Amino acid sequence: MTAELVRGQNHPLPDTRLEIRVSAGHPVLAGATLGDEQGRVPGVEWIAHPGAPSLPGVDVPGQAAADHRLAVDLEAVPGAVHRVSVLLALPGPRAGGAARFGTVAAPFVAVAGPDGAEIATFTITGLDSESAVVALELYRRQGTWKVRAMGQGYEGGLAALLGDQGLERPADLAAAILETVAPGPAPVAAPAQHVPDAERVRHTAPVTATDPAPTVPVTPPPTPPPGAGTDTPTPATSGGPVNYAHPRRRTAAAPGPAPESEPRQGPPTPVAGDASGWSMDERLYNQVWGMFEDLARTAAAYRSACEFAENRLDRELDQTLSDYRARADGANDAARAAARARRDELVARAQEVLDRDLAQLVAESEVVEPALPVAFARWENPVWQAYRTPAEEPMAVRLGDLHLPERTDLRIPMLVRLPLERGLWVDSGRGHSEAAGLLDEVELRRLALDCAVAHAARLLAAHPAGAFTVHVVDPAGAGTAALAPLVETGVLAAPPARGAAGVSAVLEQLTERVDLLQMAVRAGASDALPPGLDAARQLLLVHDFPHGFDDRAVTRLRYLADEGPSVGVHLLMVADREDASAYGPLLDPLWRSLLRLTPVPDDHLADPWVGHAWSYEPPMLPPGSAVLRQVLGQVAAARHGERS
Amino acid sequence: MSVNMTKGQAISLEKQGGGSLSQVRMGLGWQAAPRRGLFGKRTQEIDLDASAVLFADKQPVDVVFFRHLVSDDGSVKHTGDNLVGGAGQGGDDEAILVDLQRVPVHIDQIVFTVNSFTGQTFQEVQNAFCRIVDETNGQELARYTLDGGGNYTAQIMAKVHRVGSGWQMTALGNPANGRTFQDLMPAILPHL
Repeated sequence: MTAELVRGQNHPLPDTRLEIRVSAGHPVLAGATLGDEQGRVPGVEWIAHPGAPSLPGVDVPGQAAADHRLAVDLEAVPGAVHRVSVLLALPGPRAGGAARFGTVAAPFVAVAGPDGAEIATFTITGLDSESAVVALELYRRQGTWKVRAMGQGYEGGLAALLGDQGLERPADLAAAILETVAPGPAPVAAPAQHVPDAERVRHTAPVTATDPAPTVPVTPPPTPPPGAGTDTPTPATSGGPVNYAHPRRRTAAAPGPAPESEPRQGPPTPVAGDASGWSMDERLYNQVWGMFEDLARTAAAYRSACEFAENRLDRELDQTLSDYRARADGANDAARAAARARRDELVARAQEVLDRDLAQLVAESEVVEPALPVAFARWENPVWQAYRTPAEEPMAVRLGDLHLPERTDLRIPMLVRLPLERGLWVDSGRGHSEAAGLLDEVELRRLALDCAVAHAARLLAAHPAGAFTVHVVDPAGAGTAALAPLVETGVLAAPPARGAAGVSAVLEQLTERVDLLQMAVRAGASDALPPGLDAARQLLLVHDFPHGFDDRAVTRLRYLADEGPSVGVHLLMVADREDASAYGPLLDPLWRSLLRLTPVPDDHLADPWVGHAWSYEPPMLPPGSAVLRQVLGQVAAARHGERS
Repeated sequence: MSVNMTKGQAISLEKQGGGSLSQVRMGLGWQAAPRRGLFGKRTQEIDLDASAVLFADKQPVDVVFFRHLVSDDGSVKHTGDNLVGGAGQGGDDEAILVDLQRVPVHIDQIVFTVNSFTGQTFQEVQNAFCRIVDETNGQELARYTLDGGGNYTAQIMAKVHRVGSGWQMTALGNPANGRTFQDLMPAILPHL
C-alpha cells in the first residue's frame, strides 16, 4: 500500500535502492543535493543536476522534462551525507516554460522500491509564485532512512533554494545549472526516464564509514553504457566495484506492477464437509454458512475499497476544479487523468483480491453443491432421485439461493434451521422487484403458490414419516391446480379447507393445539396431553389471504404466528399484502414476524454480518420434472405405512 | 525474540525467515491496582476495552470493538469483551486478531486503542501491556508496557501500517481521555 504523504509527513523507507518518480505535467528540472547532519550542502560537488547528473548513490536526469525518474541508492551515498533533498525547478521563461509553479499542475512525486512498487507519494499542492521547490527529503534517522514530504517552495527560485542550503554564490550556481537545460546545443544524453532500472545500476567504489569526507567528482563520471548492469553481473567483493543487481534476479525492464515477490501458494483444494460438526449434514451446513459469510465479507472489502476510491477521486476532481490558476493550460486535464488513474489502480487491486476469493468460493461451491443431502439440495440434484424418507429430523432446509451482484453465478444455498423460528411468507404481490413487475398478477400468484407447495413438499420430505403434518387453507378453491401435487399424493392431513367455515375450523383446531401444548409446557406436564394429539409438527399453508377470514380468524392467525413456532405450529402464507390493506397497520406485526420469500428473484434479504442486500432466488423445479410428485408419493407411502 | 518497544518505536512485521506475516494478535492485559480499603488490600474491577480503528488515507472506515467484534471485511476480529482484567500477570485479557493478508487493499493503517470503560484512570491500573504475537506460531514479536500511573482514561497504544508490500507496527503510547473509541478520534488523527 502506498502511503500518501502530506506536507511535513515522514515515512520509513524499507529499502535503500529507490526510484523517485516525478510527474509535473510540465517541463521541470529535477536535481538532488546531498547535505550533512545540519542540512548544509558543503559545496557545488554535492549537487546532482542535469549538468552533473551522477553522484555516488544519486542519478538525476540530464534535461528538463515533465516526467522524471531519479535513481537513488542510499547505501552508496557518502557516510557524511545525512540528507538527500530532491528538488524541482522551473527552467524559466527563457527556456520557454512557465515562470512559477502556480500556473502549472501540482507536481506529483513518488518514491518506489526496487521492485517498482510505490512506497510513498506526495502531491505538492499550494504552490503559487515559487519557481523552485524542495519536493522530498530522504534523511538518516537512527541508522535507517526515511522520507519526508517537504514541498518547500522558493519565490526566489533555484538561487534562493541553494542559498538556503548553505551554498556560496547561489545566484551564479543557479544560473549555471539552469543554463544546462536552456534550449540551444543539446545538453546531455537522453532523458533518464526511459532507461530501465537495471541499466542504471552504477558501479561505484564503496564508501566506507571511516571515510568522513569522500571526494566527490565535480565532473560527472562517465555514465555506463546502457545494458552495462544487466549482463554478467559481478558478485560484490570487498573493495571491488559493487553491483547492486541481484546476481540471479532480472529486474523488470519497465517499471510496472510489482513482480510476485514469492511464489504464492495456491489456495487449498476445497473439500465438501470441510467444517466442524457432529454429522456430515452439520458439517455441510456449517460449511455453507461459512461460504455465505466469506462471500459477504470479501464483497464488503471490495465495496469499501471501491467506495473509498470513488470518494477520493471526487475529492481530487473537486480540487482540480477549485484550482482556478491551473485551468488555463492543460494542467487540469493531467491532474484529472492522474486522479482517475489512481482510482482505477486501487479498484483494479481490489478487484484482483475479489476475483481470487470468488474463484476459490466457486471452486468450493462446485464440490459442496453435489454433496448436499436432500434437505439442502437443489431440486435438480440427482440426490432427489434416490430419495428415501429420512430416519431423523434434518437440522435445516434449503429455502432458495442467495447471490450478490459481484458474481451472480455463485449461489449460496439459503439454509434455514429447523424447527423454523418464524413463519414463511411467499409474497405474491408486485412488491418493488423488477422481475415481479414483468409478470402479470395472475402469473405471479400462480408462481407464488407453486413455490409454497415446493417449500411444503421439501419440509415434508425432510422429516421422518409422520413427523410433519401439512394443513391447507384455500377458501375459494383458487389454488386447486397448484395444490394438486399435495392433494393427489395424499400427504395432507385433510383436504384443503374451503370457505369461511373451513378456515375457522382449521384455525380453531390449531389454536387449541397451541393452547394445550403451551399449558402442558408451562405446567411441565407434557405427558398429560390428550392421547389423540398428533405429535408431529404442523404447517398451515394459507392461500388467498384474507379471503374467507373474518376478524376472529385474523386474530387467531396472528396468535398462531406469534405463539405457534415455540410449540411446533408453523405458518406458510401465500399472500399479497395489498389484498389485506383494509386491515391497515393492524397486520403489520404479522408481516414483520414472517420470513418473506418471493416467487421471483428479489434482493430483499440481508446477511447477519454486514447487511448486504442479497438476491434471493426461489428453488425452481426443473421444467417438466416429476421429482416433486415422486418424492411426495414416497412421503405418503411412508406416512401410511406408519399409520397401519 | 520479542522486542521490548519504547514509545514511538517502529518494528517491521516480518517473519524471521523472511516473508510477511499472515496473522497477528494484538493482546492487551491489565490488572487493577490494589487499593487500601477497610479490610486491607482490596482491588477494584476495571473494565478496559481494546478497540481497533481501520483507516484508509486518514478516513476511518471500520471499527472493531466490543459492540462490533468483526470488521465487515472479516480481517480484524476482537475475541470479546473482558470486564475485569486479569487476576495476575501474563495472559492477554482482550485480544484483537488481524489477518494482515485479508485487510482490504485501501486500508493502510490500523490503530489500536485502550479505553477505561468504567472511568478509572490508568493510575489504578497496573501491569498493563500490549503485545503483538505471530498468531501462526504463538511467538511474541513485540511487547509494549504501558507507563504506569497517568491521570488519563485512554491510551492510543500502537498502530500497524502498510510499508511497501508489508506491514509495520509503531508503538504510540499516547495518553488520551474517553470512554469509547469515538471520544478518541481527535486524539488518533495526529498519529496517522
